[in-house]
Amino acid sequence: MQKIRKFEQAAEQLFLEGKLPGFIHLYIGEEAIAAGVMATLNKNDYITSTHRGHGHMIAKGGDINLMMAELFGKTTGYCKGKGGSMHIADFSVGVLGANGVVGGGLPIAIGAGLGIKIKETSQVAIAFFGDGAANTGAFHESLNFASIFRLPVVFINENNQYASTAKKQETTSVENISDRAISYSIPGVTIDGNNVLAVYEAAKEAVERARDKGGPTLIEAKTYRLKGHFVGDPTKYREQTEVNNFWGKEPINIFEKQLINWEILNQKEINNINERLDNQILEAIKFAENSPEPLPEEALTDLFVDDTGYDY
Amino acid sequence: MKTITFSEALGEAILEEMQRDDTIFTYGEDIAKQGGIFGAYKSLLGKFPNRIFDTPISEEAIYGSALGAALVGMRPMVEFHFSDFLFTGIQSITLQIEKIRYMTGGQGKLHLLLRGPDGVSNSAAAQHSESIETIFMHIPGIKIIIPSTPYDIKGMIKTSLRSDDPIICFEHKSLYSQKGEVPEEEYLIPLGKADIKKEGKDITVVTISRMVHESLKAANELVKDGIDLEIIDLRTLLPWDKETVIKSVQKTNRLIIAHETWRRAGWGAEIASTIQEEAFDSLDAPIIRIGAYNVPMPFSSVLQNFVTPDKQNIITAAKKMMGEM
Ligand SMILES: Cc1ncc(C[n+]2csc(CCOP(=O)(O)OP(=O)(O)O)c2C)c(N)n1
Ligand SMILES: [Mg+2]
Repeated sequence: MQKIRKFEQAAEQLFLEGKLPGFIHLYIGEEAIAAGVMATLNKNDYITSTHRGHGHMIAKGGDINLMMAELFGKTTGYCKGKGGSMHIADFSVGVLGANGVVGGGLPIAIGAGLGIKIKETSQVAIAFFGDGAANTGAFHESLNFASIFRLPVVFINENNQYASTAKKQETTSVENISDRAISYSIPGVTIDGNNVLAVYEAAKEAVERARDKGGPTLIEAKTYRLKGHFVGDPTKYREQTEVNNFWGKEPINIFEKQLINWEILNQKEINNINERLDNQILEAIKFAENSPEPLPEEALTDLFVDDTGYDY
Repeated sequence: MKTITFSEALGEAILEEMQRDDTIFTYGEDIAKQGGIFGAYKSLLGKFPNRIFDTPISEEAIYGSALGAALVGMRPMVEFHFSDFLFTGIQSITLQIEKIRYMTGGQGKLHLLLRGPDGVSNSAAAQHSESIETIFMHIPGIKIIIPSTPYDIKGMIKTSLRSDDPIICFEHKSLYSQKGEVPEEEYLIPLGKADIKKEGKDITVVTISRMVHESLKAANELVKDGIDLEIIDLRTLLPWDKETVIKSVQKTNRLIIAHETWRRAGWGAEIASTIQEEAFDSLDAPIIRIGAYNVPMPFSSVLQNFVTPDKQNIITAAKKMMGEM
């Protein structure tokens, strides 16, 4: 969680300094979801992510040097500078891609589920998606599809209460997004997405069910986007008091206090972890800054495996 | 005359037409709360609360509902957020809006307008940078407008909101903050009429949108080489102003078509083919098409700049055509 937070804080800072191009959507405040879910997975399990995907990538074992280099658009980045923040992927650790299209990851996750089912392995596929994405056709089609074929897929809804400027309750017909599971005859639960242990427990149950051929589950993790929709968002659609209130409920602070209370970690150990992470982030930035820009002609690579198709 | 931005001119057009005709209503994602992602709705904030509203992220329903509303007598105007997200609701347009009047033997008037941003802009990458106007030129059934100035967007949106046919309007992201002169008094611009942005005698450049401005820059730089470009902003792509283009080619005897969308099977191919069919005798040189390399738009600005055509491509093509390279 803390690694995600620090990565995002660095990305925000770098963007504001004008060092990063494009759009950056920060996961700050939502870290417990990625961390809690990913703790239940193996390296060979799959996930599909979103435009707000840095946290998923880090929690699934992504390399922050390669991530940071991609944010800078460098050749050493995960996508050789072709994708940027919204398209980071690492198929080797099971991340089938962030996605610039809201709802774009859900069909891909059920496709991974189909592959797993046909190959008869015990892997699972997880689709992360936002509250806004729950209103796309892709969401409804994917849940029905996964249900009838009993696919080993877990749908993780990150309900951060906003879809860019739109409040969830103004655009969504149900009180809880998990209520929609009923329509597709699959289990649906709503949990506190800022409580990493609650996320872990719910995900564990759903993942085990999926591995045991019990079919898909919809988990709604309620959380809050503490930053703007993207870095630079004027954020005029909500009150600062609301944001301040949710800073008091952010997941890392809550979990740190628990760890200290339960005497699992003391403050010194936490400080050591933080220091180690700070160094890792600094390393990642250094790696990215010292990496070369792509050559212009590299735009004409990676389209097809046989490297044709650029001219006609 | 007053000098205002492209997005202000667009806002004025919407406001004036909504005041004039209360069957016009407008909806889409993120338009009502912050004035639209590119500010087009800023001047409308707080006005017409029942006729300007935000929708869920449900594109197939958004575009399809515009058709249904038109069929019952309304004049919906939908913002498609990014042209890329036309694809998530595409059947509502290509299988419904574009077909229903014809399929039903000319029943109904589909007075609806779909509009929004398209095009390349600082590292938005492959899923937020597309120019896909060609697709709508290929599939019959919707008119296409692509204004390049504040004056044109205002006049053409106003005309479109009074038209009885379905229209799609693409607005390049880089244009919204550009300023230009707009008359104080009301005016309309007819669809289907090109605008000769600059007269010239050597080469006709047929273009739209951001590439109009790139073409004008190229024309300026080519003065020192003694090459005189005639620049035609088509403004409407369907129906496009064939007469104006042919007349120009009959004068210059040379044609370059410059668009930001992919070169392969881009709409430039259609123009080139038509001109060689109908004005072959006027051509002194093979027609040159300028468009993006045939790859999805990459993120890095180095790669993006390489893939995206600009004034330099026009300068190079013009010199080649005039035998200087
Ligand atoms: C199909 C599609 N429509 C619209 C957009 C523009 N857009 C990008 S993010 C976003 C809001 C997404 O909200 P949500 O799913 O709740 O995710 P969050 O940003 O809150 O994490 C919108 C409308 C898009 N990327 N894709
Ligand atoms: Mg959300």
